Amino acid sequence: MAKTMQRLGDGIVVEMTADEVRKAVEEGTSDAAGRAEVPELSEDEIKHIVDIYTRPERIVSVEPGKEVVLSHDEGTVKINAGVSGGAGLGIDCGRLVASELYERALGADIIEYGHIDYSYKPLRPILADERILVERTLLVTTAPFWYGAMPNLGLYTQPDGPFPNPTELLNKGMINEARESAEGMIEHAVRDMVYVGSGIYEAGADCINFDTTGAFGDVDFMATLTATEELKKRHPDIIINIGMAGEFVLGIHGGLKYDGVRLAGLWPHQQVKLAEKAGASTFGPVCNIVTSKSCPWNIARVITYMKACVKASKIPIHNNMGMGVGGIPLSDTPPVDAVTRASKAAVEICQLDGV
Amino acid sequence: MLEAHAMASGMGGMRTAGDLVARMEMAKGMRINEAKEFVAKKLNVSIRELSDPIVMGAVRDELNLGLIQQMPDRPKGMEAKFRIAELLGIEINSVNRFKAKAGL
Repeated sequence: MAKTMQRLGDGIVVEMTADEVRKAVEEGTSDAAGRAEVPELSEDEIKHIVDIYTRPERIVSVEPGKEVVLSHDEGTVKINAGVSGGAGLGIDCGRLVASELYERALGADIIEYGHIDYSYKPLRPILADERILVERTLLVTTAPFWYGAMPNLGLYTQPDGPFPNPTELLNKGMINEARESAEGMIEHAVRDMVYVGSGIYEAGADCINFDTTGAFGDVDFMATLTATEELKKRHPDIIINIGMAGEFVLGIHGGLKYDGVRLAGLWPHQQVKLAEKAGASTFGPVCNIVTSKSCPWNIARVITYMKACVKASKIPIHNNMGMGVGGIPLSDTPPVDAVTRASKAAVEICQLDGV
Repeated sequence: MLEAHAMASGMGGMRTAGDLVARMEMAKGMRINEAKEFVAKKLNVSIRELSDPIVMGAVRDELNLGLIQQMPDRPKGMEAKFRIAELLGIEINSVNRFKAKAGL
């Protein structure tokens, strides 16, 4: 049987027959369905993924008229420095000019930036400067503008922050102390996220983006839900996107509940319900890549999770599909063959509202 | 990667009606099909034409919704957003802020 070009989750090229691709898709959907307790993909959906991934063309796409909206976490910052030390193109232009590039040269439906130190905590002392740039950007751009940053609860742990690291306390068996520290971190993070979110909203931004929510597990997720709820109380018209860091919420604290629901152990179709309750306008779920498995295996997992998420959700779902998430290889330069296949498969089968 | 996604499944932003559909998702919580139907009706085009740059270029120019090409005497930036807010019947935060700060 003829071999087709495939990639692994780290981007390396491998050769697989159509039967091997199909087997990978079946195993991927079974893996995700078992973990999240959601339905596996149907026979038609499996066949569709196999068809997309065994095509010989370099680039594939959805049919005309079936396109969706694209949003871009951290977005235009990548033209220059990137964020937090990496992934930028090093083109020496500011974020305002980069936003114009995204809007007019790159066909972005939504433009976004954040600060290069892409977390809410470091924004607190420089909010005024960020507000000035946002106000100026909004005068000259037309596309919807998101301002993004990460809750990044890890910054609130010593030595960067005031609290002992709960994970280190857990390693010592100090569970109560770990939980107390986590709860303190949440309080500080919510304060910063609400302060910055309010300021950027008042500058005129169309949306506040909480990116990589859940990176510090249920502690992180609780902080974001609480901050979202508080921001909606203060500014009923504010638009907020909650974008996740992973497919599964780790139980760093283990006992945190929002609206009576324990946060630890939640999957995308469960995460979105809480995001809705908190007041999020859109939701960006995530499925993490497994670099040792093939892209067909990975995209089958993505679509299994996201189908359930889209079905459960009342708000638009913008599936995160970037470097290492959403079936896209973990690389600073994801190959177009892998990106377009993942994009087409996920949009067509999941009925996504955006990517 | 942005361009790969844009070619595979993106609406095309201001080349077409992507920014307008995005605004309906954000402002009114519309899902993609509902947002497309709403915008298509407002613009008097078909769903498929929403992502056609030939059709949408003419429509955007006629309705002063902003174009990617910066041409003289065409609405740009905030000017276009005023028009978009009015056409779609939505509140745009930066437009409201501009009105407040400019004393309009």
